[in-house]
Amino acid sequence: MPDKIIEVKNLEYRYGSFKAVDDVSFFVRKGEIFSLLGPNGAGKSTVINILTTLLPIQRGHATISGYDLATEPQEVRRSIGIVFQDETLDRDLTVWETLELHGRIYSMPGRERRERIEEIISLVELEDKRDVRTRYLSGGMKRRLEIGRGLMTRPEVLFLDEPTIGLDTQTRRRLWDYIRMVNASGTTIFLTTHYMDEADQVSDWIDIMDHGKIIASGDPAKLKDALGNDMIYLNTSDDTVTERLLQGLSVVRGIKATGEGLVVTISADGTHCLPIIMNQIEENGIEIISVNLKKPTLDDVFVHHTGRAIRDAGAEKLRRIQPKGRR
Amino acid sequence: MSSEFLTIYWRDMLRFVRFKAALVASLIQPALWMALYGAAMSNNFSRLEAGMVVPPGAMTVSYLTFMGGGVIALTTLFTSLFGGITLLFDKNWGLMRELLASPMPRNHIILGIGLSGVTKSFIQVMVIMGFGLVIGVQFFPGYSLLQKMGAVLGILLFVGIFSLGFLFLSSTISMSMETPEGLQAVITLLTLPLFFASNALYPIDAFPWPVRFLSQFNPLTHLVDGVRYFMIGSDFYAIGIHYVYSSNDLIVSLLALMGFAALMFLVAWQVFKRAVIT
Repeated sequence: MPDKIIEVKNLEYRYGSFKAVDDVSFFVRKGEIFSLLGPNGAGKSTVINILTTLLPIQRGHATISGYDLATEPQEVRRSIGIVFQDETLDRDLTVWETLELHGRIYSMPGRERRERIEEIISLVELEDKRDVRTRYLSGGMKRRLEIGRGLMTRPEVLFLDEPTIGLDTQTRRRLWDYIRMVNASGTTIFLTTHYMDEADQVSDWIDIMDHGKIIASGDPAKLKDALGNDMIYLNTSDDTVTERLLQGLSVVRGIKATGEGLVVTISADGTHCLPIIMNQIEENGIEIISVNLKKPTLDDVFVHHTGRAIRDAGAEKLRRIQPKGRR
Repeated sequence: MSSEFLTIYWRDMLRFVRFKAALVASLIQPALWMALYGAAMSNNFSRLEAGMVVPPGAMTVSYLTFMGGGVIALTTLFTSLFGGITLLFDKNWGLMRELLASPMPRNHIILGIGLSGVTKSFIQVMVIMGFGLVIGVQFFPGYSLLQKMGAVLGILLFVGIFSLGFLFLSSTISMSMETPEGLQAVITLLTLPLFFASNALYPIDAFPWPVRFLSQFNPLTHLVDGVRYFMIGSDFYAIGIHYVYSSNDLIVSLLALMGFAALMFLVAWQVFKRAVIT
């Protein structure tokens, strides 16, 4: 199919005996913003490293713009742009030199290269920083420079690996504006992030990954709709009994117990259902400790599919590695 | 023909001239060697040599002149061994991902680093020779201008090939190490035997035979032989030893250095081909 610009089939990647990517298949349509979501350690970076040719294909099959990653990595490299998760700048080169270097290692002819550098510098609004070394740029400016650099060769696909990590809210918002603008001009965007709200706002399509597998896939609205209209977060003196009590109610579509309490999905408008549910609990002598009603977010989609919140999933990993790193 | 290695060269030279402190230090350091070590040792050797009988007809050269070639060789060794360190920094904190994910063939990274390292060594060698002339090293005794130019080219040829070999080795080590501290330790460990089991600062004739044997495989010894051949001549007398270099010796040394450089390139190429950065 010509409109699939990236196609991945049965991808598997192991570090030793650990399966970081486990039988993953998905595709990205030309011109869309595609997001791969998941907590830290879910395998997103491994997938992006394979697709950007930094890791070899161990098992499975993947193509980008019709080029096979296993046999035509050179062609793949020429048709993609990459913004890496970690800063990938020479801090002692200026903004102009950074772009010049990029154009040269991608074999852009001199004249075209010089013209593109000017275009990119004004696109990412770094005109007054062109001869400043990157070490003196702010975090947001560095990111913009890296995004600009990724676009220099007019790639068909731009990979963005956690592009807004560590940036303040205002800078993030501006970055997303850039990314939308780039996408509007025809570049397909492949995004990984663990900021669910950001992905929700920009993405045309989302795949959610956890423990090396894709656990949900769809456009953001459909993913959330699948959970029903509203969700009620409950904490009671006896969650087990409450769960049983609520199962009998017609407005309740589903209940999920998480570490923090119960998540109730309902079939009708939450403002009407909430009193019914609360009555039912209190009439049975159970004390309600806290209650919260909200529209489903992608976070809830993640909870729904994995039984835990994405921030906990990320924190799990942090806690594991902290004792080692602490001095 | 693709010429992306020139980009790597350009970038490394930009950094070289941009860090003024490092630039100046790299030029002063060899001069200090000559001035301090050379001055101190040549007085000692002059005293020792006073009682020796010089064979009739042999050209005698001072210790300062003798070690001039050694300092050129040692400086080239140090500079080249540390020449790949940029790669370690790139790998840990910088540009390496960008380079590895680009369509540029990976051996261009090695070639570019090699070329800039050789340039740095050439600059240093010229500084040493200039400074040596000032403090009384007798370079090119009785050479015509044309011979002098030829001799300089000969020295640069040897220095260049030797330097490439060690730059490739340095690139391999830099890509394989995790931290600058580790790199420092490995390179220091490597330098000592190369340095002491060579004829850079003293003749090898008095070494115990195993060391003398090993020193024949030391690239540094071959570089020193080549440099002295062009710098002083094929037949001279220094610190009590009569040196005679035949043109065969010279060719053997040149081939040894070329072989070493080729081998180091292949090793570095394998390392870069397999390099995976996540």
